[in-house]
Order: sequence, then C-alpha cells, then structure tokens
Amino acid sequence: MRTRTLEIGVGAFMLLGMLALVIMAIQVSGLSLKSAGKTYELLAYFDNVGSLRPRAKIAMAGVTIGQVKAVDLDKDTYTAKVVMAINQQVDNIPIDSTASIVTAGLLGEQYISISIGGDEAFLREGERFEDTQSALILEELIGKFLLGAVRQSG
Amino acid sequence: MKLDVIDRLAWFGRSGLDFLQSLGRSGVFLFLAIFSRSGFTGRGALLIQQLYNVGLLSLIIVTVSGLFIGMVLGLQGYTILVHYGSEGAVGQLVALSLVRELGPVVTALLFAGRAGSALTAEIGLMKATEQLSSMEMIGVDPLKRIIAPRFWAGVISMPLLAIIFNVVGIFGGAFVGIDWLGIYEGSFWSGIQQSVDFIDDIGNGVVKSLVFGIVVTWIAVFQGYDATSTSEGISRATTRTVVYSSLAVLGLDFILTAVMFSGL
Repeated sequence: MRTRTLEIGVGAFMLLGMLALVIMAIQVSGLSLKSAGKTYELLAYFDNVGSLRPRAKIAMAGVTIGQVKAVDLDKDTYTAKVVMAINQQVDNIPIDSTASIVTAGLLGEQYISISIGGDEAFLREGERFEDTQSALILEELIGKFLLGAVRQSG
Repeated sequence: MKLDVIDRLAWFGRSGLDFLQSLGRSGVFLFLAIFSRSGFTGRGALLIQQLYNVGLLSLIIVTVSGLFIGMVLGLQGYTILVHYGSEGAVGQLVALSLVRELGPVVTALLFAGRAGSALTAEIGLMKATEQLSSMEMIGVDPLKRIIAPRFWAGVISMPLLAIIFNVVGIFGGAFVGIDWLGIYEGSFWSGIQQSVDFIDDIGNGVVKSLVFGIVVTWIAVFQGYDATSTSEGISRATTRTVVYSSLAVLGLDFILTAVMFSGL
C-alpha cells in the first residue's frame, strides 16, 4: 500500500511537470498546431528596416496575416531584404500593394503593415513588393525638424 | 621571510592538487554510478522512492517561491514601465526573465538547499554508521543501490520543477498585472506570446535546468559519499554541498547564457 501511494504521488508530479510544459507551449510561446499551417513567401526591399526582427508580425488592416522570416542585407543594392511568410489563405494581395514598416505605439515593437493596391493581378510565391516604405527613425525625424527650424530662423 | 613565501607557494600547490584529486575522484564516482552494469533493471521501486523524496517533496517550496517571484516581477516591472506608458510589456518582462534565467537558476538554488543538502546528510550518515561498507560486505554495490537512484531522481526532477516554477511564476505575474494593477489582458498575453519562442527560450531554459540538475545532484551525492565519518564531517559536507552547488549553478548559468542567448 505504501509503495502505491508513493507511485501515485510521483505519477502526479510527473503529470504536473508535463502539463506545465504544455501550458508553456500553448499559453506562453503561442505555439499552436493551427499556426503551423501553410504559408507562402514574399520579398520586400527596404532602405532601412529600423529594429525589425525575424518573427515580427505582418498585418493587413490591423489583422495579423503572417510573420517576418528573415532580415538580411542585399549586398548588391545596399538595401535590406525582408523575407515574409504569409498565410496561404491570404492569396489575393494585389501586386501594387505597399509594404511599410510601422511601430506599435510610441515605443512598441516594429511590424510590417500592408496597404492594398488596386491591381487585378496578385502577388505569387517568391515575388516582391515594388512599393515599400522604410521604418521611421526618430533621430532622423528630430534631426530634420531641427534643421528646418534653423533654416526658418536664419 | 623567504621560507614564508615558499611555504605559501607549497600550500597553493597542495590545495591545487587536492582540488584536482577530488575532481577526479568525483568524476570516476559519477561514471561508476551511472554506467554500472545491470543498470536499472528491477530497481524501479528505489527510483520511485527517491523521486518522491527529491522531487515531490520539493514541489511546495518551488511553487510558493515561483508564485512570489512572479508577483514581485510583475509589480516591479509595472512601477517602472508605467512611466513610459508601456505597461503592456510587463508580461514580456515577467515571462522572458522567468523562462530564460530566474526559473532554472532559482529552482536550482532552492533544489540545492532543499534536496541536495538532504541527500548529502543522508548518504553521509549512512557512511558514518557504516551502512555503506556493510552493504559492500554482503555483496551489494552501494553505488548502484544508493547513489544511482538518487542521482537519476535529481536529474529527472530538476527540469520538471523548473518548468512548474516558470508556469506558476508567469501566472503569479499575470495575477498581479491583470487583476490587481489593471493591465489589459490581451496585450499582456499577446506580448508574451510574441516574445517567447518555444525552442529558443523555453527549450534552452529546460536544457539549463537539466544541466543544473546534473551538477547539483552530482555535488550532493559525491559530498555525502566523500564525507568524513564524523558528525562534524557530515555537517561540513552538507555546507559544502550548498555552497559548491550554488556557486556552480551561478557560474554555469553565466556560461550557458553567453552560449545560448548571445545571438538573440
């Protein structure tokens, strides 16, 4: 009888540990079987990506439709090449759409927002956004503003 | 005067050699305990008993500490981040610091204090009362019968305890942040889910706790086995277990963090 209670206790402990791992996977790291669905890749070249990092979200009309897969420097054009993984269901992005890097809140993290164009043709796997808008760098804005203010007073 | 310097040099050399010797002995000891032939067959009951002693009985202190550490992190993070209007990042702060650092490290420190010292004292007393040598006398290998189940129980328990610590801590932080301080629930959890990666953060945290489990239990059983057979010797061995394993955990944590998270 004594070994039985011991084994039940240890079994409960093990179960608790595994349950905790499952909670971590789903609730904390947002791992879900659904999001592992099919995606297709689109490219975009930016002059400046700011602090955009892999796994940043890609939103259209504020709804997340994919995530950034990789951010690399394109050595030939000196621009940043961003590889995006878009959910397969969203297969109707017009080819003249704009990809812009925006910031969530004043100090929040940066993500890519896609504004829809009007073309009838849609972007296919591996194609790129022609129209991109770089990240807003706060220091550059302040610099421009100061320069403008100096020029006005002078 | 000159002799004094040479004496000191000799002392340094001697303690260095002593250190090397005990390191070598503990390495051999670990090897024998793990890879002794026949292994585990028919010894499940011994392992269950030790899992109960080492794991389940440490569960309460680990859960309670996890809860309070998570709550304190939430409170402290909020009081600072609210100045910048980004109290939504409290969840991220709590989850990342728990999963990457505090979970494995604090659990290992508690584990050394709660389970490691008990293991050392138990084995030390067995040695002092000559139970170990009587076992050898009747042909039972104490490394197999006493040391191996305790070692494996520690190695299995540590990661489980650390994960439970993390979950309880994050929910403690969520309780303080959402229910008490009024952070919007959606931004709290989505901030966590966006910043925590299953492999990079949680996986590495589990690897860390596994390493700590091995080191702490190794030190604990070796110190017990190597204790001088007096009451003073057992007391010294127990102290050494806690001191050595705390230092080893903190030092290893720095190295592991540098290897795992330097690229993130």
